[in-house]
Amino acid sequence: MLIIKDLHVSIDGKEILKGINLTVKAGEVHAVMGPNGSGKSTLAAALVGRELFEITSGSVTYQGENLLEMSTEDRARKGLFLGFQYPVEIPGVSIVNFMKTAINEHRKFKGMDPISASDFLKLMRDKKDLVGLHTSLANRSVNEGFSGGEKKKNEIFQMAILEPTLAILDETDSGLDIDAMKTVAGGVNKLRRKDNATIIITHYQRLLDYIIPDFVHVLYKGRIVKSSGKELALELEEKGYDWLNQESE
Amino acid sequence: MEDTQDKILSEVTKGDYKYGFVTDIETDTIPKGLNEDVIRLISAKKEEPAFMLEFRLKSYRHWLTMKMPKWAHLFIPDISYQDIIYYAAPKQQAGLKSLDEVDPELLSTFNKLGIPLEEQKLLSGVAVDVVMDSISVKTTFKETLAELGIIFCSMSEAIREYPDLVKKYLGSVVPYTDNYFASLNSAVFSDGSFCYIPKGVRCPMELSTYFRINAANTGQFERTLVVAEDDSYVSYLEGCTAPMRDENQLHAAVVEIVALENAEVKYSTVQNWYPGDKNGKGGIYNFVTKRGICKGDNSKISWTQVETGSAITWKYPSCILRGNNTTGEFYSVAVTNNYQQADTGTKMIHIGKNSRSTIISKGISAGHGQNSFRSLVKVIKSADRVRNFTQCDSLLMGDKCGAHTFPYIEVENESAVIEHEATTSKIGEDQIFYCNQRGIDTENAIGLIINGYTREVLNKLPMEFAVEAQKLLQISLEGSVG
Repeated sequence: MLIIKDLHVSIDGKEILKGINLTVKAGEVHAVMGPNGSGKSTLAAALVGRELFEITSGSVTYQGENLLEMSTEDRARKGLFLGFQYPVEIPGVSIVNFMKTAINEHRKFKGMDPISASDFLKLMRDKKDLVGLHTSLANRSVNEGFSGGEKKKNEIFQMAILEPTLAILDETDSGLDIDAMKTVAGGVNKLRRKDNATIIITHYQRLLDYIIPDFVHVLYKGRIVKSSGKELALELEEKGYDWLNQESE
Repeated sequence: MEDTQDKILSEVTKGDYKYGFVTDIETDTIPKGLNEDVIRLISAKKEEPAFMLEFRLKSYRHWLTMKMPKWAHLFIPDISYQDIIYYAAPKQQAGLKSLDEVDPELLSTFNKLGIPLEEQKLLSGVAVDVVMDSISVKTTFKETLAELGIIFCSMSEAIREYPDLVKKYLGSVVPYTDNYFASLNSAVFSDGSFCYIPKGVRCPMELSTYFRINAANTGQFERTLVVAEDDSYVSYLEGCTAPMRDENQLHAAVVEIVALENAEVKYSTVQNWYPGDKNGKGGIYNFVTKRGICKGDNSKISWTQVETGSAITWKYPSCILRGNNTTGEFYSVAVTNNYQQADTGTKMIHIGKNSRSTIISKGISAGHGQNSFRSLVKVIKSADRVRNFTQCDSLLMGDKCGAHTFPYIEVENESAVIEHEATTSKIGEDQIFYCNQRGIDTENAIGLIINGYTREVLNKLPMEFAVEAQKLLQISLEGSVG
């Protein structure tokens, strides 16, 4: 589904990612872990096409196509979803209106008619229950005045509605208490299918108690220094990231 | 990131003006220039009673003693008042009996503008008075309204048919000495709409005036008067467009509203005069005086305006809250793009006890636009328990535009509660990116964000016009992300 080969990414001329290789297949959940500043969020941003991040070399193939040539919105319409670490507030735009616009853009791209009002309402209702988003939130402006937990739930709610092929969740667990994290993880687990895949970016191991990954990668100073099964996460939790210093040098 | 912004910015700032065509129609104009003879000629052409000519001459003589106001945060090039034509009327037979007699060219003009004059084709429940250049072309649904005792007609007709009402109220809210442009208007106004709602009547449909400047080198000076008797209600709308011309044209209108006891008047404007091209060439100078008086107790006047057009806008729809328990409201969205300038806002004059006012202003600046909000909330000594809430928000798109606010508060009574909130924000690259990541392209993302920002005001417009205004906002900001 996703093949990243020797990806180098810079911001303002400073190289952040120094040759990433990663292959994600349908049905898999990958966890990318690493200390602060290792380039985890840069990887996410580069994949969804944020222009701030300059790709200096390497390639990314997504469903057989060159991902790097597509606009951000086309990547999204082809099923790439990013759960933001810091979801953005859009005052005055209700979640209902926002999601309806988004769904219809996706449908237009596929040559489908806009969604009917009743189908849309039903979809909203079903997905709200899935992630435990409070009904009153859906009528509020996108992320405006939301608590940290509500913002993250809203990201998963949007993911549930858009049903992405490949979801990247950037630090979705940060700022969540244990109950909120369980709800969010429960939502992600329910959305797991054989034909989609998820990349979970996280600093801590605890989210991985609830979403069991097939692979764990350790990103350190712009490189993936270790890849293994889910047990790697526990090892990291126990030893921290310092021991990687020796391994990577 | 700056580069991206600049790129998108330059793309967005070239939205086209869709109403810029000129109608080829025979026009009856008088020679350019302004003097007492011209005023006599206008009055004669309109077959006015003597009191009107008196009013005009009095206004003109006063105007001659005045100077153009300079206090606004605007750059206004010198206007040569002797180079303006003060009267231009599309030629047509006098006293139209039916639509068949209207010049087909004129009909097609308004069809093009989306304002069909055939009544059966009109939006359900909207009566329209159409003013082209200096005269009213057609008023629809007159008979239906007359059954309820509602008078809705052109100002010229009102002066001829209802001279007593006109005499009583014309200039009673905006005196002929009020300000430079109001005095000029009082001297030379050529037409406009008149609306009278009798006691206890709730006007069953939206009343609407559509203004169109067509002829070149002419000024448009219309005069609107709305009188709502005790316990009555009316919702009134105006819209305006003009052809694209390289020279600037002057539009100086006056609107007066009188609300008597328990009456409510809603006045909505969607102003879309030609704004000039992207380099700031041409466009309408829109210098307008709008004021309402809540004369009777418990009355209410609500102004809603969506200002997207004009090269320069100078306009402060205001409320004099004379009666007790009266309510004044001002909801505004003002957009300045390219080289447009706007200095707009309101005055709320609290005289009555327990009077309340709300001011919600949403300014949007893009391109090289300069957008100023100016307001005065005044509470006199005897006005007890006054409440005011003011919220003034500015949204900037790009880094070449400006937003300015000039709020004045004068309170002489200690029991008043005055609140003022102001914000300035930018459409963030992060907001647009967030939308992009959900599959929404940049143009639509801006539309979505602007609609969200202006929703509070647009919600105050009657339904059909809210939709129109939404589209208009998107068009006038097409291409201006920052």
